[in-house]
Amino acid sequence: MAGKEHSLFDRSILVPAIRDSFLKLNPVYLAKNPVIFVTLVGAIVTTVELIFAPLRGQAIGFPLQISLWLWFTVLFANFAEAMAEGRGKAQADTLRKARTLTTANLLQPNGTTKTVAAESLRKDDMVVVKAGEVIPADGDVTRGAASVDESAITGESAPVIRESGGDRSAVTGGTRVLSDEITIRVTANPGESFMDHMISLVEGAKRQKTPNEIALTILLASLTILFIIVVATLKPFGAYSHTLFSITVLAALLVCLIPTTIGGLLSAIGIAGIDRLVQHNVLAMSGRAVEAAGDVDVLLLDKTGTITLGNRQAVSFVPAPGVSVEELADAAQLASLADETPEGRSIVVLAKEFGIRERDLSGFEQAEFIAFTARTRMSGVNLDGRQYRKGAADAVCEFVGEDLPPEVVASVQDIAQKGATPLVVAKDRKIMGAIHLKDIVKGGLQDRFERFRAMGIRTVMITGDNRLTAEAIAREAGVDDFLSEARPEDKLALIRREQAVGHLVAMTGDGTNDAPALAQADVGVAMNTGTQAAKEAGNMVDLDSNPTKLIEVVEIGKQLLMTRGALTTFSVANDVSKFFAIIPAMLVSTFPVIAPLNVMRLGTPHSAILSAVIFNAVIIVALIPLALKGIKFRALGAAEILRRNLLIYGLGGLIIPFIGIKLIDMIIRAVGLA
Amino acid sequence: MHAAGWVQLAVFTVVLLAVTKPLGLYLMRVLDPAGQTFLEPVLKPVENLVYGCIGAEGTGEQDWKGYAGSALVFSLAGALFTYALLRLQQFLPLNPQHFGALSPDLSFNTASSFTTNTNWQNYGGESTMTYLSQMVALTSHNFFSAAMGISVAAALVRGIARQKTRLLGNFWVDLTRVSLYLLLPLSIIMAVFLMSQGVIQNFSHYVTAHIVEPYTGKTATGQKLISTQSIAMGPVASQEAIKELGTNGGGFMNANSAHPYENPTPLSNFVEMLSIFAIGSGLTYWLGRMVGNQKHGWSIWSAMLILFLAGTMICWWSESRGNPRLTSLGVSARQGNMEGKEARFGAFDSALFATVTTDTSCGAVNSMHDSFLPLGGLVPLFNMHTGCVVFGGVGAGLYGILIFVVLAIFLAGLMIGRTPEYLGKKLESYDVMAAVLAILLPSAVLLGFTALACVSTWGLAGLNNTGPHGLSEILYAFTSCINNNGSAFAGLSGNTLPYNTTLGLAMLVGRYFVIVPVLALAGSLASKKAVPVSSGSMPVAGATFILLIIGTVLIVGALTFFPVVSLGPIVEHFLMVHSTMLF
Repeated sequence: MAGKEHSLFDRSILVPAIRDSFLKLNPVYLAKNPVIFVTLVGAIVTTVELIFAPLRGQAIGFPLQISLWLWFTVLFANFAEAMAEGRGKAQADTLRKARTLTTANLLQPNGTTKTVAAESLRKDDMVVVKAGEVIPADGDVTRGAASVDESAITGESAPVIRESGGDRSAVTGGTRVLSDEITIRVTANPGESFMDHMISLVEGAKRQKTPNEIALTILLASLTILFIIVVATLKPFGAYSHTLFSITVLAALLVCLIPTTIGGLLSAIGIAGIDRLVQHNVLAMSGRAVEAAGDVDVLLLDKTGTITLGNRQAVSFVPAPGVSVEELADAAQLASLADETPEGRSIVVLAKEFGIRERDLSGFEQAEFIAFTARTRMSGVNLDGRQYRKGAADAVCEFVGEDLPPEVVASVQDIAQKGATPLVVAKDRKIMGAIHLKDIVKGGLQDRFERFRAMGIRTVMITGDNRLTAEAIAREAGVDDFLSEARPEDKLALIRREQAVGHLVAMTGDGTNDAPALAQADVGVAMNTGTQAAKEAGNMVDLDSNPTKLIEVVEIGKQLLMTRGALTTFSVANDVSKFFAIIPAMLVSTFPVIAPLNVMRLGTPHSAILSAVIFNAVIIVALIPLALKGIKFRALGAAEILRRNLLIYGLGGLIIPFIGIKLIDMIIRAVGLA
Repeated sequence: MHAAGWVQLAVFTVVLLAVTKPLGLYLMRVLDPAGQTFLEPVLKPVENLVYGCIGAEGTGEQDWKGYAGSALVFSLAGALFTYALLRLQQFLPLNPQHFGALSPDLSFNTASSFTTNTNWQNYGGESTMTYLSQMVALTSHNFFSAAMGISVAAALVRGIARQKTRLLGNFWVDLTRVSLYLLLPLSIIMAVFLMSQGVIQNFSHYVTAHIVEPYTGKTATGQKLISTQSIAMGPVASQEAIKELGTNGGGFMNANSAHPYENPTPLSNFVEMLSIFAIGSGLTYWLGRMVGNQKHGWSIWSAMLILFLAGTMICWWSESRGNPRLTSLGVSARQGNMEGKEARFGAFDSALFATVTTDTSCGAVNSMHDSFLPLGGLVPLFNMHTGCVVFGGVGAGLYGILIFVVLAIFLAGLMIGRTPEYLGKKLESYDVMAAVLAILLPSAVLLGFTALACVSTWGLAGLNNTGPHGLSEILYAFTSCINNNGSAFAGLSGNTLPYNTTLGLAMLVGRYFVIVPVLALAGSLASKKAVPVSSGSMPVAGATFILLIIGTVLIVGALTFFPVVSLGPIVEHFLMVHSTMLF
């Protein structure tokens, strides 16, 4: 699946969607959507009227067309939902391909394995997976380590390591073990796994309405009831005015007034929002979580991986008094030759700038490499009887057995204050100077955080670094706040603190110790590489395990809500034009003087009513692409967004139907339909 | 549309603006149970006496159900008391004209009317009501129904301003304090002012005057030369003051503020209109203070002002043009359409008064709205269809417009990319349900009753006119009652059993089926935690917000009535302009 976006006109989605539009005519199903249900009733009533029309000696051309278009209105609304579901299904089918597995090696209590069907596995069963086999269910590695191909779910071809203990123990059903053998404890019953959740969500079959959708449905239903009363009372008002309104015309008026546009597109918008997340390789556990993402106003961002590249790089050498920078560079390079970490490589590369040619390790057969350990906090090399070391200032200080020169102490402090990491280099007992290792802040973040600030979202950087370092990086990255020397419980406390004053918090996490914070956060995005505990605690999983994705998640949530609001506003604003199309047409036969009220100068009463009904139906189809793709997202302040969207969808909603109805009227009169 | 009119409109707007902040600040003190006012030395003992009667446990803060329960109990008691008094008035004192009891249905209608701050009058005051009925049964309601409206608005605003609580204040305390510290002193000042202008205040017998030009008129015994006129007396000024200040609108005289004893001078006319708007306007400032966002208060005020000015200009434009049917016969249109207008006031002051009285739920009139040209008459109708939310009935206007604010934010607030929130409070299913109920139920009853009357014999029997104007008359009556306005298009004889009953019920629905959902909304909002306001929050001030509110009022409030209005005033307008047909 991995970010695959289906074209809007993909035949494999379009054809089944058309079929589903008819299947969804089932009244029991439609009753969940009050607006479209009333439209269906309108279609049925006009059909009955149509049947009786010839018996009454009435022409059937007009009632036939009205009736047909009311049916089309229902079908178009169904089609919108079916399209969204179809696109979801296409994603789900890709997911499902990963699930065509058959057997698992169930570990028996006596230590032997038994081959069983994967579907029969239950939570806490133990299974053994060998190289080349597919992992039968979501679980935790309890023994062994293996490289696993997770491309089925992430689309990433490079294998990843999964091992027992630590934060890389979680495996996902459907992925393939490439090497070694691991024992897995199953953590999900069949049908309850992460992917099962996801499949049902994108398919829309078991989709629950989100709280905001429920509230909106209540409002739309109330407007529908109000308009039913408006239309029903028109009959007696007409009787008073000696004007007979036919059932067909009243049904047409009703369907035009009730908010069919948003009623028809509401569920499609919701499904499409989840679908967009999947395209970004993020799985949401509920539609509610996507909505919450839009509401989030505090982002907790881990420094490493989200704000910085994760690797520090050497940017300068600060020699000790009496040492030339070339000498320092030379010593630093030698000390780093065996250091394969990105930091070590960056020192070698930096040294080249001072004319120190990169030396080949094979040239030093006598060399003894000293690896970095947590105890010594130093690494280096013994070469030709000389000892080269680099490491934390106090560790190197201990190594040389005397205090650092004051100038070196000063430069070490200076580097730390800039938010960077100082390393001290020694050659034998002589302090050569310091290396400036810098955290590299990812590009473009400052801009991004600036836009978030405009949208009223506060960014908080979380880091284990000390306060000085944290402060400097926070300043460089442009985050609003930071939490330094943070332990997992500090993260949880911070979330609680923010929530207590009304903020909604989003965070990412991967470790088991992140689980409580992930559960507490309003939006908790767990990394797919993380532990099962973390994944269960969060309400979203990022398959790419890219913490920066949190930002996209928030944007998708906002875009979903904006789209829903824009189409609601558009739908309600549409009513003005429909009144001006239909009411004069209904009255003009009794009161010819009312003709000037027909501001659109629509041809005949029949063409006017028909045009409004056709516009009302066609606009649903016309807006399907917008509902599925979402309205254009702009990171601006709320006041500016409101102004723009109100102008486009509010004022547009007032004006566009006037133009549309007029055009349709011209067309249907030109082709002789009315 | 003449310069004097523009100047008066400008002066009116400026003076309204000037009184808003002082009144709002004074309301801060009145609506805070611990607030201190300059009247403390005189009225505190009275206030404490009232609390003594209620008991200490009765004056603690209430949740929304307690508040609503108290308001309903108080209203029921007041309505029953009024009903009894009207039925028994012939046995009671202060009845120099020896008026008899009112019929049961008229008593029901009148009791509903005054309890609900409607003051719809299916009777002529000076020919029906004893002084006791006027002063005790009716004027007391003028105070208490107004105080109740302000109290409910206060509860709603507290719900918006407070967090994580169930408590909205105490109904009895609010009612007492508003009556004592706000309505009573303002009414006294106003009554004294009106007396200075010539409004009468006495308990005299009616005076018989000899008219200058005797004429032959019809009496029960046949044609007769009439040379005398009975001139009504009574304690008018005291009732007149609260009639406007409390947006009650029930006149002492049948002719209401068109009568020289109720509204004698241009100055009294100006001040009466101002006092109709004053408290409603002050409440918007108070809202801003309470929610800690004065710009929000002023934005609501601005939205109201724009709706007011637009309505006034349309009505004035319509009335100043004169009736084309008459001008075509050679009648000068220089004075505008003068049918049904006091020559003292003319087209502008009549149009302005009509707009003010229907922007609010006052309903006092200084001209016959029935005689307005169709589009001129459409303005009062439109104002009431949108719920009398422009400054509005005291309190009722504020909670009415806040319902529209909640709906507007719910409809459009999603467009900023967050679930809708009003001043930090998330608007959820329950809140939406409460807000739409407050609009849906009255609209449904209004359309239902009007439709019923249109096709029943009793409904049509009361009409003076047929055709579109007759429809307007029925529609106006129910619209006025549902929105607790009480102004009449006249022309409709409403004192019949079915009209008294349906109109009476309409008033109750329009009042209590709004108050209860409003308090439910208040309770729900109070219980929520507020999301801190940031640049990502829904803006509740500024031009966009003002336009959003106006748009919502127009689309949600008025569009519902577009079809029926098309069959009434709009058709009538086109018939008048484009045909020679009688209408």
